[in-house]
Amino acid sequence: MAVPKVRVSMPAEAVRGDIIQIKTLIRHIMETGYRVDSVGRNIPRHIVTAMRVTYAGAKIFAMDFTQGVAANPFVAFHTRAVESGDVVFTWTDSKGVVETVTKTIIVT
Amino acid sequence: MRTAIQTLALVLWAAGAAAEPLPSGSAFLSDEMRARQADDAANPGMLWVAEGAAMWRAKAGPAAAACADCHGDAGKSMRGVAARYPAVDAASGKLLNLAGRINRCRTRNQKAEAFAYESDELLALTAFVARQSKGLPMQVAVDGAAKPYFERGKAFFHRRRGQLNLACAHCHDKNAGKPLRGDVISHGLPNGYPAYRLTWQSLGSLHRRLRSCSFGLRATRHDFGSDEYLALELYLARRAKGVAMETPAIRP
Amino acid sequence: MTTRREVILGAGAMGVLALVPVQAGAMPELLARETARLTGGAKVTDGRVRLTIPPLAENGNSVYITVEAESPMTEADHVRKIHILSERNLISHLLTWHLGPRAGLAKVSTYIRLAATQRVTALCEMSDGSFWRDRKEVVVTVAACIDGS
Repeated sequence: MAVPKVRVSMPAEAVRGDIIQIKTLIRHIMETGYRVDSVGRNIPRHIVTAMRVTYAGAKIFAMDFTQGVAANPFVAFHTRAVESGDVVFTWTDSKGVVETVTKTIIVT
Repeated sequence: MRTAIQTLALVLWAAGAAAEPLPSGSAFLSDEMRARQADDAANPGMLWVAEGAAMWRAKAGPAAAACADCHGDAGKSMRGVAARYPAVDAASGKLLNLAGRINRCRTRNQKAEAFAYESDELLALTAFVARQSKGLPMQVAVDGAAKPYFERGKAFFHRRRGQLNLACAHCHDKNAGKPLRGDVISHGLPNGYPAYRLTWQSLGSLHRRLRSCSFGLRATRHDFGSDEYLALELYLARRAKGVAMETPAIRP
Repeated sequence: MTTRREVILGAGAMGVLALVPVQAGAMPELLARETARLTGGAKVTDGRVRLTIPPLAENGNSVYITVEAESPMTEADHVRKIHILSERNLISHLLTWHLGPRAGLAKVSTYIRLAATQRVTALCEMSDGSFWRDRKEVVVTVAACIDGS
């Protein structure tokens, strides 16, 4: 069973030209790399490094993360509803793991 | 003929019986944190609830049975359940909290291995089930078979412990609402658990929170699922009588 | 020098913060250097961008920030990037948002980690190459009960 790791909240429909808000959440420990375990060994950094968002193929938003971003990162941003299409969200982490989710928007 | 003291006791008891529910821990949060808790798109606890929802439908055990196969739509079948826990299991006479009840179902009915305490799986499924009682008032039974556990939990709450030699009551009764370093002391109610604590940067159980409290007092940290914490959990749930469930809550 | 905050933060069963000495003097220099790297040495003006952040953070692990920049967000005139900078964390550059005319509204939110009471900077790069900034002070407290997780 695949554990759902991301949550995206955005309107399913919009009027052309409207500005919509998109909220994203990803489950990630965002291990800083500064901690040590109970026997003193350094716990290596493990963080989301980037999030990229495309809308009908065009890049609309991106974020570069460091360990200064809180665990289980939440990001909210805006975009103009220009056309109906797929909005694709991709997160990459420092181990190269990629999470992706696609949402569809109908624009009238 | 009643003495003045007996009359006073009666009045106080009546007042207590009709008492307003205590304020939830979310009353002590900043506006921003309260808003975050209420926003399903921003509340990180919902990531675990989503995992729990997937687990509800996942086949488990030799009979490949999912929770959904017996219980159907959790929104209907599980509504109100978490608000009644901890509760005494009639068959064994043992007090079970929600996580214990889930594990009981898992081992007894699904014939699968119990989830480890504080594992993501158990937290996720517990949070998912508890979430189905969102907004419902906590209503645990403390009479009959539950009474001895309730009395034990009440005694624990009022007993001084640890190097700091404090009882739960000292902070959470006498000083609730007062500031303590960066926080405001709450009434210590369990209505939001499993909860996402900023200190943990993760969802965690009430027993984990109790262990944190114990550590703060330099008192013995009992095991997850221990009899002491289960009895205390019942007492805390009773203290939260009438308080709406908020799982998954956000707490500092 | 080991601060009491580091000892307190370090007392966790889940993981202990390595006791990194935090020298108050070094940090503003790191911030200045990082700002220069991001701006290429260009002038930074206060204004056109507003950083909203609680004056008192309940827990430094997760502090809510919203940044909104004044901009028509057209092809000709828009926000290219917004950076968040710290003056007391172990790193000064915390994140970068890449916007553009498609955004419609230059308003973004997230949660950051803050190691200590400090001033946080939102640094905004416009499409004309100009840089704008807002800075806000945040008091960061440790949770009341020493946790031990």
